[in-house]
Amino acid sequence: MEVSRHWRLQKQRYQLVGETCDNCGVKLFPPRDVCLECEAPAYELFTFAGTGEVYSFTTVYDAPAGFEGMAPYMMAMVKLDEGPIVTAQLTDVWPGDVEIGTRVEMVTRKLRTDGDEGMIVYGYKFRPMLEAIA
Amino acid sequence: MTNVSIIGLGQTDVSEKWETSLRHLAWYAVEAAIDDAATSKIDAIYVGNMLAGELSGQRHLGALVADFSGMRGIEAVTVEAAQASGAAAVRQAVIAVSSGLIETALVVGVEKSSDTTGSALTTAHALSLDADYETIQGLTMEAAQALMMRRYMHEYGVEVSDFAGFSVNAHANGALNPLAMYRNRLRAERFAAAPVVADPVSLFDAAPGGDGAAAIIVTRSERAEDMVPKPVHIAGSAIATDSLSLSDRKNPLFLRASAESARKAMAQAGVTHADIDLFELHDSTTIMAALSLEAAGFAAPGEGWMLARDGEIARDGSIPISTFGGLKARGNPAGATGVYQIVEVARQLRGQAFDNQIDGVTVGMTQNIGGSGATAVTHVLKV
Repeated sequence: MEVSRHWRLQKQRYQLVGETCDNCGVKLFPPRDVCLECEAPAYELFTFAGTGEVYSFTTVYDAPAGFEGMAPYMMAMVKLDEGPIVTAQLTDVWPGDVEIGTRVEMVTRKLRTDGDEGMIVYGYKFRPMLEAIA
Repeated sequence: MTNVSIIGLGQTDVSEKWETSLRHLAWYAVEAAIDDAATSKIDAIYVGNMLAGELSGQRHLGALVADFSGMRGIEAVTVEAAQASGAAAVRQAVIAVSSGLIETALVVGVEKSSDTTGSALTTAHALSLDADYETIQGLTMEAAQALMMRRYMHEYGVEVSDFAGFSVNAHANGALNPLAMYRNRLRAERFAAAPVVADPVSLFDAAPGGDGAAAIIVTRSERAEDMVPKPVHIAGSAIATDSLSLSDRKNPLFLRASAESARKAMAQAGVTHADIDLFELHDSTTIMAALSLEAAGFAAPGEGWMLARDGEIARDGSIPISTFGGLKARGNPAGATGVYQIVEVARQLRGQAFDNQIDGVTVGMTQNIGGSGATAVTHVLKV
């Protein structure tokens, strides 16, 4: 597996670092250097709080290579409180616990493995906010 | 209006062809198109393919197909736009012939899906999504469409069973097509009980991958008139793109590339929705069929599924789709699918659709989509 490809995304994977548009202030994740709203440059880094709500979700039964051991697993589009939507797995959760609108928070988890001796990629997943299931 | 017309058509059936290689598969469709056009004078080959590198360990298909088809020496390249590779290759042939630099071009879409099976095949299809932000999370093509379907059901108050009409129609038409992968009919009441692939997308929502190849030969329209009895005019041709990631779209339920490519192709062809007699759309899942109908302007947002419920998508309806089975029943050989759609509409317009024929058709549209909607290629064909 390509080490540098994952290493250079560590700020995104571990901290949800995106960008703020210099012109209109829109928050961007993932960072893309050009604002989606006004096409102005967006270079100022912005760290998202990691909280949001489920915009849509599914359970994957037919997993791709590197994810077979996790299947079935839940995936969601999460609408972050600052605006953007991210696609990520849901964790610490059962299918019946989630609906559109469920409040979730970011946690760091193992994303995939590459065999017994390969690299392990870590990154963000989302779980229901702890107070919500307490 | 382009000045490009189709003079030859070829296709294989879609199935799991364990005994047939990638090169043979392409050749069978090429051979059929050459026979149909009654000319073997080809100046360039455009190969539509998505996955041969991953599935068969083979790229460089332009040279391979030229060589293996007895045309060693001529210009030949592969065109890749994920699951929209086939129609994207047709688009490049249209540009080449329109420019005057190429007189006659051959397009062949080919996909040898069965050379790899299991999780590696799922991984290969997911290459069309965003590697850094979608596939690394475990997203698959079916899961991406499931996320759209769930949100659609939530926003518009629609049930899984409301999508049944798309698959029932596809299988009804596929049952009549000897080249279709699945020729069984599907009962609506079975639909909601089907095994789940990625909730709420089930086995009866999602189109099956398969091996297949389809080919067309195109040349300038004024030459075409003298070469074949019924050339099919490519009146409109357009590609549009959208964000690679589903999550980067302001409205994930609006297929912007689908809308934009349809608008451009229809404007070029000078046709309105009322003029279009059939629409071979990209029904990789039922939700994609509904969203395509909406984006292309045949239904308002949230109402695409109603065309299936009301039978308007049947061969005797107001906007027939999947007339040979569509991706769902004919099968979805990835990078070949877009060429199948064009061959099928051309057969309808030439009156050569046999049991699948719709009477009196003169204008047909095709739309081939890559990824979760990041590329859409629309063609309008006329006779």
